[in-house]
Amino acid sequence: MTKTPSSLPVNIALVSLVLALLLVAAIVLGLAMGSSGGSITAVWATLFQDGTGDAMQGAIIWRIRFPRVLLAALVGAALSLGGLVFQALLKNPLAEPYILGVSGGAAIGAIIGIILGLSRIPGVGVTAFLGSLATLLLIIIISSGRAILVKDALLLSGVMINAFCSAVIMFLLSITQDSSLHNIIFWLMGDLSASQIHHVGMLAAVLLPCFIVIFIHSNRMNLVLLGSDMAASMGVNVRLVTLVLLVTTSLMISVTVSQCGLIGFVGLVIPHLLRLVIGPDHRPAG
Amino acid sequence: MSAAVRVNRLSCSYPRAPVLWDLSFEMAGAEFFIVIGPNGSGKTTLVKALAGLLPVSGGDIFIQDRPLRQINRKELARRVAYVAQTSADDSPFTVREMVLMGRSPYLGVLGVEGKTDIDIARQAIAFTGLNHLSGRRIGSLSGGERQRAHIARAICQQPDLILLDEPTAALDLAHQIRIMNLMKRLKRENGTTVVMVSHDINLAAMYADRLLLLVNGRVAACGPPAQVINEKTLAGAYGCRLLVDRSPAGPWPRVSLIPEGGGLMTED
Repeated sequence: MTKTPSSLPVNIALVSLVLALLLVAAIVLGLAMGSSGGSITAVWATLFQDGTGDAMQGAIIWRIRFPRVLLAALVGAALSLGGLVFQALLKNPLAEPYILGVSGGAAIGAIIGIILGLSRIPGVGVTAFLGSLATLLLIIIISSGRAILVKDALLLSGVMINAFCSAVIMFLLSITQDSSLHNIIFWLMGDLSASQIHHVGMLAAVLLPCFIVIFIHSNRMNLVLLGSDMAASMGVNVRLVTLVLLVTTSLMISVTVSQCGLIGFVGLVIPHLLRLVIGPDHRPAG
Repeated sequence: MSAAVRVNRLSCSYPRAPVLWDLSFEMAGAEFFIVIGPNGSGKTTLVKALAGLLPVSGGDIFIQDRPLRQINRKELARRVAYVAQTSADDSPFTVREMVLMGRSPYLGVLGVEGKTDIDIARQAIAFTGLNHLSGRRIGSLSGGERQRAHIARAICQQPDLILLDEPTAALDLAHQIRIMNLMKRLKRENGTTVVMVSHDINLAAMYADRLLLLVNGRVAACGPPAQVINEKTLAGAYGCRLLVDRSPAGPWPRVSLIPEGGGLMTED
């Protein structure tokens, strides 16, 4: 990546710092924009000189925009990491939870949850996780005719499952009563607006441990990228790592999907963008 | 001295692939050991079994008198390094990054390398003559350079035993001899046991301390090249006509193939 190799911790710290600054900037920008207007100075006033700013403005920023922006940041992080993990495990640049049907499975689970009238965060989250685990299991069974995790077979069966999931979602929509239909459609389109701050907190409580698990596995992901035999001969338990990462990612994706619907693109593109900027090593990216 | 590697009545079977039957041999310390045999005779299966990458269906492999199955993966990776037959060629990593990964069996979960690790990687890169390429991506190297990068990565693991699956296949003559010389130096300087699968019997005859001829998953012959390489054994193993004489280049046997319809010497 660079001519003189800087040490890894320095590298990680540097990348994290730059990205954190960008994140703060994006959050402030997100807080400043909305249908009721606003400006960066207004955000500044509300954030740092509490009381002196316009009370109405303050309420909009804290109650409505702040949870939404935080949620968006979390969701973006979760989907991108999901994409990163899947791309590494499957060694395929097109892999991401959306294409593999894991999101689709989570969506089915979530819709069933909504139809059953469960609450957004523990209830729908759990059904979504069950849905994504079911699709993951199905994908692994279909693709493991000979050996577990033959890369292309996994991807192909994922695409199949994804198509199937879309069909099931359509079916579920068609049998749903009007009252929850609007709810579901809005949610399917990728909805960040309904967020309240304690939902964001609960989401974070599930996502952050997942982020940590994935970060801990980042070096093993590097090795797996060289090939499973290579990784195994360098001391990695490839099956265990794959399983842990797939399940962790599914959990992450399904709570995200249960909270804000099917958002796909982010998971595909962000890992590639980051790789362009900081190189293929997974450790700083985590 | 205890055996570096001892294989005792090893059998391997897995669906739809070559199978090994009742293999027994041992290697003591620094030795250049080359496995030859026809396609599908189980050579790759043997090195993979020695690398602990395949389940063994019978018998035992001992690494320094400890059963392989009792050595955990990470410790095994510090004793045994493996260079696969076809290595991922679209790897996004640079030579330096990939070679450094050979240190991961010595590192914690995140694989944060220390100064010694970086020094060891640098030495391995120098040993394989890749200094000028260390910032290049693996995917952009030629076959011979890529193979050397993988060898450097294996050396970085500081193994007692290094396993190579056809490292000279598809390489030009200069790269073939370069890789053989590297392995010979590794054996001499570090006392590493080198086990290599090769299809090139002439190259094997030049460098091997001992040859193992595998046919249909069984040991057909095992011993110094002069003992294994003879017309009767090879013709029986490969099922083709050939001639063995002494190489004009040195004290090792030379194998020549005889084309259909005879060559210069037409007696059968």
